[in-house]
This record gives sequence, C-alpha cells and structure tokens, in this order.
Amino acid sequence: MDLDALAGCLSSSACLVTQTTSGLIIGMLLFLVAVGLTLIFGVLKVVNFSHGAFYMFGAYFAMTAYQLTGSFALAMLAGAAGTAILGLIFERVFMSRVYGADVLMQLLVCYAFVLIFDDVVRIIWGPEFKSMGMPSAFQVMPLFIAGGVVPPYYLLLIGVALVAAIVLGAGLSRTRIGKVIRAAAHNPGMVSALGINTGLIYGGVFALGGMLAGLAGALAAPVRSLTPGMGFSVLIESFIVTVIGGMGSILGALIGALLLGLIRSFGSLGFPLFTEGLMYLFMVIVLVSKPTGLFGKEAA
Amino acid sequence: MTELEAGRAQALPSVRSGAALRRYRDLLIAVIAFAVLASLPLFTGSKALLDFIIRCSAYGLFATSLNLLVGYTGLTSFGHGMFFGLGAYSFGLIMQKLGVPIPVAFVATLAITAVIAAIIGAICVRLKEIYFAFVTLAFQMLIHSTILSWASFTGGDQGLRGGIPRPVFLGIDLANHVHLYVTSCALLILGLLAMRQIAQSPFGYTLRMIRDNAARASFLGIDVWRAKLTVFVLAALFAAMGGMVMALFVSGAYPEFAYWTISGEAIFINMLGGVSTFLGPIVGTVLLLLLNDTVTRFTEYHGIVLGVVILFFALGLRKGLLDFVAEWFAHRRDAGEGR
Repeated sequence: MDLDALAGCLSSSACLVTQTTSGLIIGMLLFLVAVGLTLIFGVLKVVNFSHGAFYMFGAYFAMTAYQLTGSFALAMLAGAAGTAILGLIFERVFMSRVYGADVLMQLLVCYAFVLIFDDVVRIIWGPEFKSMGMPSAFQVMPLFIAGGVVPPYYLLLIGVALVAAIVLGAGLSRTRIGKVIRAAAHNPGMVSALGINTGLIYGGVFALGGMLAGLAGALAAPVRSLTPGMGFSVLIESFIVTVIGGMGSILGALIGALLLGLIRSFGSLGFPLFTEGLMYLFMVIVLVSKPTGLFGKEAA
Repeated sequence: MTELEAGRAQALPSVRSGAALRRYRDLLIAVIAFAVLASLPLFTGSKALLDFIIRCSAYGLFATSLNLLVGYTGLTSFGHGMFFGLGAYSFGLIMQKLGVPIPVAFVATLAITAVIAAIIGAICVRLKEIYFAFVTLAFQMLIHSTILSWASFTGGDQGLRGGIPRPVFLGIDLANHVHLYVTSCALLILGLLAMRQIAQSPFGYTLRMIRDNAARASFLGIDVWRAKLTVFVLAALFAAMGGMVMALFVSGAYPEFAYWTISGEAIFINMLGGVSTFLGPIVGTVLLLLLNDTVTRFTEYHGIVLGVVILFFALGLRKGLLDFVAEWFAHRRDAGEGR
C-alpha cells in the first residue's frame, strides 16, 4: 500500500488531471465493450462469454487495415465493420442454436469460441506482441490542462465513445428500430406475432454489440499492445462493469465503466499490487448491497 | 387414513431397504475400485500412467464437488476453483511454515476452507442464477489477486516454491511415488464415497427439490438458504481436497490454481461427462485430461481442437457423454419392455 502517493496525487492538480484522463480512457474503452455485452444480454438473454474476442479482432483488423492503407479512419472502419459481420455470422450460425437452452450450454459454446478465436489470431497474426503505432495525425505535442499531460488521441477516444453512447441511447429510446428492439427484449413472441422478423433483430443486435467491442479494440490498438488472448482481461472487466451497472442497462454500463476506470487509475497509485483486487472488492460490495446492480431492474 | 397415506405407508419400507442395499453396493464398488487402482503399480511400472491417475484424482474430486452444486442443487458457480486454490495454498503453507504431520495439515486446511466457504457462501447463496455465478467469480478473482499481491506470504506470481516437506507418517512416505499414488487413490475413493452418501441422503434429495422448485421446498418448511449454504461448504471441502492432492503432486501451489480458468475447466468437465449421473464428472475428467495430453502432443494449436470438441458436445450431443449413454440405455430398456 502506498497511501502517501495517493494523497500526494489528490492534492496536485497536474497529477489529478493525468490520472483522471487515464481513468476516463480505460473507462470509455470498457464502456464500449460492456455496452455491447449488456445490450446482447438485455435483448437475447444470453451472456456472451466470447465478447472479448470481438475486441481482439477489432484491434487486429484495425492494425492490418492501417498497415495496408495507412489511413486511420479506414482502420477504425475495418475494426468496426469486420467485427459486425463476424458477430452476425456467429449469432446466426451458432448462438441461435442454443437460445432457451441451459445457461451452461450457451457458456460452453462461447468458451469453445474463445479458445478457437485465440488460436485463429495466433495462426493469422502470430503469437508475439504486435503494435499498431500511433497514427501520424496524432503525433503532436500533448495538451497541458492545469499542468496535467493529456495526449490529443485520448480526447478523440473519449469523444468517440461519448458519441457512441449518445447515439445508442437516443437510438434505442427515440427511433422506431430502437422501439422494436426494446419490444423484442420485453416479449419476443409478441413481436414475432406482429410480423417482425425477430431472428433479424437478434442477429442485428449481436452484430451491433460485436461492432461496439470491435470499435473499442480498434480505438485501443494505437495505445495498447496486441496479443492473442488480449480480449480476456477486457472481458472479465466488462463483466464487472455490467454487473455493477446492472445487466441490460446502458446508463449503468456507462457509470460502471467510468467508476471502474477511475478505480483502476487511482487505485494503481494507492494500491499498486492490489488494483485488480480493488475492482473485485467493489463488485462484491455493490452486489451484496444491491444484487441487481446500481441501475438494474428488480428481478421478478 | 386417506388412500394416499395408505399407499405411502406400504411403499416406504421397500424404498428404505432399496436405499440400504444401494448403499452397500456403493461401498462394494468403492472397495473394488480402490483395490484395482491400488494394485496397478504391481502390474505396471509406468510412471506416466500413475501420474495421470493422480492428476485425475485431483481434478476428479474437484469436478465432482462442483457437480454437487451444479447438478444436484442447480447452483452454477463460476468461482468454485477458489477452493481448489485455497486448499493447495493452505496445505502447502501449513506444511512449509509449521512442519506439522501431514494429516494435521490436511484437517487444518479443511477447517480453514470450511470457515472461508461459510463466509463467502453466506453472501453468495442469497443471489439467484447468473448473479450467483458472477459473485462467486468475483470472490475467486479477489482470492486470486490476494495471492498475487501478498507476495511475501504466498510467493506472488512465482507461486509457492521450495517444495512441500513430507514427513513420514505411520510408515506412509509421500515422497515415494507409489505411496503418493495410493494415497491419492484412497482420497479420491473416500471423497467420492462421501459425496455419493451426501447425494443419496435425504439431504441430497432436498437439494434436488431446491433445484427443481425452490419455492415449493420453502413452503414444505425447508430452510433453503441454510441447505444451499451447507452444500456450498461441503462442496468447497471436497474441492480443497482435490487442491491438496494437486499440491502434493506438483510439490507446490501456483496462482493458476486459483485463477478463474480452473473453474471454467471444472464446468467444462461436468458438461463433458454429464451432470445427471454421479460419475459423469469423473468420466469428464478422464476425457479432458486425455484430450489435453494427446492434443498438446500433436499440435501447438490445441485451443482449436479443444474448441471443436466442446462445440461437438454442446451443439451436437447437447449433453454430456454419460448423460447420453444413460439416456440411450433407458431408451433401449423402455423399447424392450414395450415389446
């Protein structure tokens, strides 16, 4: 434990800004992964245990596209679109066979794909650590806000995630498609009886969830190292986020992700060895006091 | 006396005697199984085979204890591996730091596990289904990060090294490979027998009722929370036993023993063998370990092979191997009687 370092940081505005931004980008990346997870759970009622793989594929797709074209925008697009297609195929061919089956069965199918996807990445891109590198457009002087160092890329990352959150939230509550999705989450039989193709909605939601995770991976590619199995820690953390925020709640995912990001960045100062433990401790405390999560609906 | 009660009064004694008979049958099977396993070193000098069976004992105890929760009570724990790791670490630490006889360390480890499992269980078993799964997972990761960060005591990410001392006790020398093998088999058989007794006892049938309809069990006057907590602690004890066998086998303890993937493997073993029969997890253990050993010998991409096998079971058979065989036999028998 190093509480002096934590107290010292809290009293200095430079350190406060640096740690808060680093907490925010961890939180925003987590949010993009977790919101897909929570969306898929809310509508399809399955826990997508292979969600981390989409994050991983997003990062690798982005890296390859960037190396081929040199365009950062195309890299992001490749990460998002590639994983969306992957999600659609995965849902239609495999996951749709285990709806209504035992939770363990759904888990096993996902577990199998976690193993398969990791090896596929190992075969295509190799087992070693890869790096995409920071695009030249962002290789500029970092900004100084109240004495704290903030790389411009971080601002882009936070901005993109915020836009995604707003578009998603507004899309679900305001548009017709959003209403249909919410109706399908509530009562798929009735939606189907009204002449709406629920299979298409399920596939679409899964693709959307996969796309968000892929986008998170693509955004993370310039600032993190790429390795097979990189989706795993992200998966566990985004699970914590969804459980803390409440399964199926988008606002919950946002709040949960930001809390977790801040716990990570400030916790690493005060408890350098127990940072992960802090997150699990936080999850236990939330679940014990409110089992459905901060923003979860009470189970019937 | 109503018609219903009369019918039950007649039926009960025969059920009772049937249960007693079954109990002796279990004991007989256990004795024979132990005799066969224990005499194996007389016929073969293959160290690899004995090692394989020791590993099967460790994982088999662990996986079967998970089946008490998943198969019998309907409690899907994602964090059962924490007790496997806890058993391995407590046993190793007690032997290294205190130097007590092995049986003392064994009992002390079970006592420690019981206390910790009771505390964690009291918090977890209130929650339902997916939330129960996640809180157990969170506790597992909490224990895992505690092991990693408390490096001065547990050895951190290096694991508990320096070997586990094995003082000779009553002529049993666990440093001797054959002695270790026979002890592992004895622990496996004793553990399985005890779990079988739990599963077939009235308490075991209470657990099945809770799994099928917790509300009804509650209306019949059963304290569901207490029954779930009891089985949670019991299952933890057997998982810790598996962990201790593993610690003796590798002569140490590693953080991976407490990592969540070990819980994932146990769940997978249960699905592979089947959760509807008592011996399903044992079959699953042998299958998974065989699969792991052969696949890693042929290809470095064993994830793909393992994944495809899992998919075959999950999407093809849609049940474990023993479930499949049991249903096939039941189907045949029904067909035979129908004719």
